Amino acid sequence: MTTSITKPPAAKPATETRIMLGADILVESLVRNGVEIIFAYPGGASMPLHQALTRYRDRLRTILPRHEQGGSFAAQGYARATGRPGVCMATSGPGATNLVTAIADAKLDSIPLIAITGQVKTQVIGTDAFQETPIVEVCRGITKHHYLVTDIKDLARVMKEAFHVATTGRPGPVLVDIPKDIQEARFVPDWDAPMHLPGYASTQPQAKPEQVRQVAAAIRLARRPVIYAGGGIISGEASEELRELAHKTGIPVAMTVMGLGAFPNDDPQSLDMLGMHGSVYANYAVNEADLVLALGVRFDDRVTGKLAEFAKHAKIVHVDVDASELNKNKLAHIPICSDVKPFLKELCRIVQPPEDIKDWVKQCAEWKRTEPYKYDRNFDGILAQHAIAELSRLTQERETIITVGVGQHQMWAAQFYRFKHPRTFESSSGLGTMGFGLPAALGAQAAYPDRLVVDIDGDGSFLMNIQELATAHCENLPIKVLLLNNQHLGMVVQWEDRFMDGNRAHTYLGPIHHAEATGQGSGAFATERYPDFVSIAKGFGCGAATISRKADLVPAITEMINYPGPYVLDVATPYLEHVLPMIPGGMTVKDIIKE
Amino acid sequence: MRHVLSALVQNVPGVLANVSGMLSSRGYNIDSLAVGETENPDLSRMTFVLRGNDAVLEQVRKQLAKIVTVVRVDDISSQDFVERDLMLIKIKAESGAQRSEIRELADIFRGRIVDVGRGEVIVEISGQESKITPFIELVRPFGIIELVRTGRIAMVRSGPGPAEANDQ
Repeated sequence: MTTSITKPPAAKPATETRIMLGADILVESLVRNGVEIIFAYPGGASMPLHQALTRYRDRLRTILPRHEQGGSFAAQGYARATGRPGVCMATSGPGATNLVTAIADAKLDSIPLIAITGQVKTQVIGTDAFQETPIVEVCRGITKHHYLVTDIKDLARVMKEAFHVATTGRPGPVLVDIPKDIQEARFVPDWDAPMHLPGYASTQPQAKPEQVRQVAAAIRLARRPVIYAGGGIISGEASEELRELAHKTGIPVAMTVMGLGAFPNDDPQSLDMLGMHGSVYANYAVNEADLVLALGVRFDDRVTGKLAEFAKHAKIVHVDVDASELNKNKLAHIPICSDVKPFLKELCRIVQPPEDIKDWVKQCAEWKRTEPYKYDRNFDGILAQHAIAELSRLTQERETIITVGVGQHQMWAAQFYRFKHPRTFESSSGLGTMGFGLPAALGAQAAYPDRLVVDIDGDGSFLMNIQELATAHCENLPIKVLLLNNQHLGMVVQWEDRFMDGNRAHTYLGPIHHAEATGQGSGAFATERYPDFVSIAKGFGCGAATISRKADLVPAITEMINYPGPYVLDVATPYLEHVLPMIPGGMTVKDIIKE
Repeated sequence: MRHVLSALVQNVPGVLANVSGMLSSRGYNIDSLAVGETENPDLSRMTFVLRGNDAVLEQVRKQLAKIVTVVRVDDISSQDFVERDLMLIKIKAESGAQRSEIRELADIFRGRIVDVGRGEVIVEISGQESKITPFIELVRPFGIIELVRTGRIAMVRSGPGPAEANDQ
């Protein structure tokens, strides 16, 4: 019924006069906002929306996840890979609450996410009706903005505002809760209704010219400058400008987890990642620096450790699009509220290289040479680090997108996979949500069907959203899972070993009568592997294999990446391996653990 | 340090929950919060009184401004402003002597008795903290049955001109 609609030319406003169902207005809004894919799981209160989705199936692909959390993380995976807003949909009540984790996750990592929830009819809102939850109330503190649509007249405008708010300024999640009677109501939508956002900045903040000049002057005088680049570079699409600045000035670049890919890590100026599990050289450099250019970062505790000691000798320039990040954790000498891209463009235009940083650059290179990320290359068996390094080597020539769960494997992926391009590493970094990797991979694969998408996962994280293997199979999303299976919650085990006398407190994932459950295991590997991930993967229709010998690793990875469909490669890894280096929480670079 | 923040917000459902939720989830303590419509029915005015150093206040102000339905936020503490708080207080007054003593106190503080019961009176009084608090202390010996306050509201003065004749 709607296929006749074509986008009106920009100069001429749309003159739609057709009566439409609320559900169709919503779906049409998605199409008008450029949405190509929605991850949606139906239920009673969202059925009219799903009926409408079938009427738009030629223009909007609906992917059915197997759990709403999977759908919402897939939407994030799409958004992180493309920079465009990810869209997910769920029914009221439990469907809606299953989105909550991914919404909170999108808030902390500044991911543009549109979450649409069905709601019980307006007449029964507030009566504890079947599958009623006040999802807007639940999500107030974890969304950038939220709407409960109670009048169909508002719907087209609300959708326009939702996309605008999610994608501008500091991106973030927007929730639109739409009662079933509004979905079923009929109305002639006004697609040109102006947005009503009197409290929302209509333009991106821009650095003042004198601020940029001040930064250029600071760079000119610096002897030991470092760039500390974060997720803002990636969400602000400023990776090219960052590279230009680094190459014009010769300043070394350290990145946060969210910033990996912003600067190519095969560039000699790259110091790789800084922070708790960052490189020795990045942390040394920031510690010794006299100028820190903090670009699109938020001085997170996992980066800074003890705040008072972080970059103690440095003048700090902090550029962020969100004014509330400036001076929040660390006072900046030059705080600049600005979109980072135009700031960097202008800075690149006027900047001159520092007068003399030769010794400093040499010093950083020396640290990098003498204290690289390392692992035992002679280990008899497959270390997770080695598996990741080999995957990296074997996939460098492809436009690979890596997603991860949360824990040791996540940090090792950040350390040992060589990221060269923005939007090639998807990690739940702020919230640290286990189970992120598989659904995020689905979203990235849906966005880029021809690219290689690999979820590097741990056995704990993988099991948390393993049902999404069904989505991978049924929706023809040929993602790969490199499963680093040590039968434990490795990062928690590491902390138990370091800080709790190795007392195992529910960190072994096999049967409770096994010796490992009480920390009495012998040998580097768990004696049994549970569950049988190969059978599970095959049961879902995916290809699968398991390996434990080092000699099998390269052929197995090669087979995985060449497999035409979704594939799980289960790799036995030892469980007493620690992620190093490590700066324990709240401590300083002086406390760095290297062995 | 004590700060008075004045925020203009969209008059939409949930804006109060949004603002108070943000303040509590970030651990900011507010002494007082008053909210009401403005001359523009699309906008409401929220007035906060809170304590904290300048860094805390800067964060509160920025976090408030970040809420999409918050249109603008001003820290008016450094400006010359009029501040008021309205209180209704129900005081025990069993004897005639007590009643006249309370009436006298109310007169001195420019309050008024708005209800008289068999053994109690209700006094209405408005003004600044420095006026309301002493009044409460003075009538406490009579016995306070109930007390309700609106919370502080504030408005910046119009600049140079005669000082307000009757600030208390």
